[in-house]
Amino acid sequence: MNNILNEIGIENYIFLSTILFCIGIFGVLYRRNAIIVFMSIEIMLNAVNLLFVAFSTYHQDAQGQIFVFFSMAVAAAEVAVGLAILVSIFRNLGSIDINNLKNLKG
Amino acid sequence: MNTLIAIIGLGVLCLLFEIFEWRKAIIPVTVIGLLAVLGLNISEFNSPEAYYNNMMIVSKFSTAFSALFIILTLFLVILSHKFYENQPGKLSDFIAIKIFLLAGAVAMVSFGNLAMFFLGIEILSIALYVLASSSRQSVKSNEAGLKYFLMGSFASGIILFGICLIYGAMGSFDVIEISELSRSAELPIWFPIGIILVAIGMFFKIAAVPFHFWAPDVYEGSPTLTTALMSTLAKVVAIATLFKLLNVMNADLSPSFQLVIVIISMASMTVGNIMALRQVNVKRILAFSGISHAGFMLMTLLSTTNAAGTLLYYTSAYALAGIAAFSVILYVCKHNENEDITNFHGLGKTNPLLAAILTASLLSMAGIPIFSGFFAKLFLFNQTIQAGYIALVIVAVVNSIISVGYYFKLILAMYTKEANEERTATPITIYAVAVIAIVLNIALGLFPSYVLDLLA
Repeated sequence: MNNILNEIGIENYIFLSTILFCIGIFGVLYRRNAIIVFMSIEIMLNAVNLLFVAFSTYHQDAQGQIFVFFSMAVAAAEVAVGLAILVSIFRNLGSIDINNLKNLKG
Repeated sequence: MNTLIAIIGLGVLCLLFEIFEWRKAIIPVTVIGLLAVLGLNISEFNSPEAYYNNMMIVSKFSTAFSALFIILTLFLVILSHKFYENQPGKLSDFIAIKIFLLAGAVAMVSFGNLAMFFLGIEILSIALYVLASSSRQSVKSNEAGLKYFLMGSFASGIILFGICLIYGAMGSFDVIEISELSRSAELPIWFPIGIILVAIGMFFKIAAVPFHFWAPDVYEGSPTLTTALMSTLAKVVAIATLFKLLNVMNADLSPSFQLVIVIISMASMTVGNIMALRQVNVKRILAFSGISHAGFMLMTLLSTTNAAGTLLYYTSAYALAGIAAFSVILYVCKHNENEDITNFHGLGKTNPLLAAILTASLLSMAGIPIFSGFFAKLFLFNQTIQAGYIALVIVAVVNSIISVGYYFKLILAMYTKEANEERTATPITIYAVAVIAIVLNIALGLFPSYVLDLLA
């Protein structure tokens, strides 16, 4: 396992996850459909998980892999709450387009 | 550590009470339980200890801030009695969520490992997302919940990325190991990037400019009690955690990072205050006032080694004034759809005591003597001058003067305008919370050394 990491190089893993993270950020900023925004947030979190595993192998240390379990569990809890909020918005407005949510201004 | 376990036990107890249909007992038992937890927490004050391989580190800093959080939660639980009157079936859920939120807050200030820090911040945030969107029928509350959720999980993602880069640079999540390694000469570039990403995520949580744009909308849309929680407890937790994080991981901040903090601090104060001047909704005014207070609190980060006492003092003064102000807002706006300033017209005649309390808490936030807000600002400015940031202090003083403008707008509305509605019966709980909070605030102002010297 370590050989593969040596051949590819830890930098490439960092670049890959940074690119994935940025794709997630742009998804959050530019997409208007709430479900797709949720998916973009998941991409951000999973990009970080990928990097955690890569660093974990790089340091020959299991802590990083354990942390991935924590962050996966947290992400699942977060999405459960987010979807519940989305369901109640859909019941009130009949749509999940973020552009419809413009009641709060000032 | 025992504090955290006791708090979680209390939360579970709350849920059990609902199963056994002892709803009337929920609030009294929670209040007694929280007082017991407060005592337990104070008993740990003088015995710093690390638990579970440094996962949790109980120190003077963590116990002092935990005590503040427990007191704030206590006030919020007492206020819930009246606020959730119409939804008795959901009372236990709301109380239990608040208690679990407190558990997250305590975990956040007593972390010894970045895993615990991340879990704490998520426990706090997820509980807040639920509370922000908790009035299901209201579109405003839904919108506030979704906005807070999107911004909050975005910030969590950034914090997670920062933690990951710190781990990559150091090979450990343990903050003590990290701080030892960070003093060595050769560090990968990932380490400072990681620290900056974590700091950006925390700036989102404390709503400092330029990461503040969610705050006014979310504060306005959420149910009033949740707004009170966000603007007092959540903000204090976030700033205390950021302080501890920078303190343990990076003892001497680089000059460029200090410059960034100075700029963010100045921008938060100025933008918060100037935007607050043109608001008509009281919750929005307090949201912008919170943004400007976040700027003041950030000033403590410039002298991390000795500013812990000042930070504790400033946050207690701000949070107690906030609790007193919000309990009055809860009374005034209970029967109104919005929280516009017009609802406060003539409060000085219809309910002089509550008007006086609101005036006192606003004066404390503005920094007028005898209230602790003034002394908090005094000590903070003094410390910042000693650290050598005179320009920052000048901006801060100018901002304190600007802030008087919008606080007095509300005070004048209460005393000079004609009332447009009759006085309604005030529940005793609101009186109790408002009076105790403002008395504590004044007591802090009269005896500042008790709190300031705690963390010396």
